[in-house]
Amino acid sequence: MKKEWPLWEVFIRGQHGLNHRHVGSLHAPDAEMAIRNARDVYTRRKEGVSIWVVPSAQITASDPGNKEALFEPATDKIYRHPSFYDIPDEVGKM
Amino acid sequence: MYAQMVTTDANRVRDISEMSEEERAFQERIDRGEKIEPTDWMPEGYRKTLIRQIGQHAHSEIVGQLPEGNWITRAPTLERKAILLAKVQDEAGHGLYLYCAAETLGVSRDELIELLHAGKMKYSSIFNYPTLTWADIGAVGWLVDGAAIMNQVPLQRTSFGPYSRAMVRICKEESFHQRQGFDIMMKMANGTPAQHRMAQDALNRFWYPSLMMFGPSDKDSVHSAQSMSWKIKINTNDELRQKFVDQTVPQAEYLGLTVPDEHLKWNEEKGGYDFSEPDWSEFFEVLKGNGPCNKERLDARIKAWEDGAWVRDGLMAHADKRAAARTAAE
Ligand SMILES: [Fe+2]
Ligand SMILES: [Fe+2]
Repeated sequence: MKKEWPLWEVFIRGQHGLNHRHVGSLHAPDAEMAIRNARDVYTRRKEGVSIWVVPSAQITASDPGNKEALFEPATDKIYRHPSFYDIPDEVGKM
Repeated sequence: MYAQMVTTDANRVRDISEMSEEERAFQERIDRGEKIEPTDWMPEGYRKTLIRQIGQHAHSEIVGQLPEGNWITRAPTLERKAILLAKVQDEAGHGLYLYCAAETLGVSRDELIELLHAGKMKYSSIFNYPTLTWADIGAVGWLVDGAAIMNQVPLQRTSFGPYSRAMVRICKEESFHQRQGFDIMMKMANGTPAQHRMAQDALNRFWYPSLMMFGPSDKDSVHSAQSMSWKIKINTNDELRQKFVDQTVPQAEYLGLTVPDEHLKWNEEKGGYDFSEPDWSEFFEVLKGNGPCNKERLDARIKAWEDGAWVRDGLMAHADKRAAARTAAE
């Protein structure tokens, strides 16, 4: 078998002012073709105003086995949320 | 369905107490409704079954372009042509979303395509029937996409994240497919007597093959039970077929067309129609490769793949050359 086109991850900005969001992946020989293909595959109904493509091989992901070490420490820090604090009604909106 | 008779390697569904610790934790996550992501631990059987199922689903989307593609150049108006072109292009997109979902499980798209071409993977039986008249394009959108929607809507809740997300995207696009088909059927059924006859003929030929799409009854199948406990199958084949019939019969009545089943009868007690089973021996023949268009479909896919090889290779060589030039310049 010949060399397969590499895989690209596709990110789309849905509307002005929003972040690019991961929508899926596709195969393409190079970045330019990846953008063209992404336009056809992921934005046939005006789903976006901007496209990013990134070679899938370049993505570094967190290790699912590290989930607890990474994310668990945040769960007991409820004082990071505004609802932790009781502000008397007479103070007004805060 | 788009994936029919997917096997799981299981000879029975094991109780949670018989599972290893990893497997039990996995099953519990599924039971809690959590999504499984590609890098999470999963049983080998789950991974393999999903590759078969998603791969077969992807192949169906791609091969499914052929019967409709047949009419793009002969659509009766420019508007119908543009609509059909957009519909067929959507199906190509569906195939691509699904191949990508399968690839997260460690198989490559080219491998899947080569398995299909070698006859080692299947696509849905429905695409082995010919589209003989323009009314068939109406019937395909109405019935075939209608049956696909029946199966795909619940699959949005499937346990495997990439498959579920592909299904959400696909379902958003499918309802246009069914409605454009029904729109064609309305025009034909209310047209001249000859057009009405064509619409009836299309319904006659596509009714039973559409019922076959759901696959034979699987209420006693170990594979289905296993797939259901993994939430990669949500309903039994009979449940979906019944839902499809209940939904479609009133639509046929609206069109003034007759469903080709003399035993079709509303059953007040069960709140659904009683209907005749399709000829399952025909279904198994089609799966074996003996349907009216199996050879034509597979030949067309192989030809497209082989004829496109120089383009794929050429673009890759060009990209490599440019990348090398860039590195040299740095
Ligand atoms: Fe589709
Ligand atoms: Fe469709």
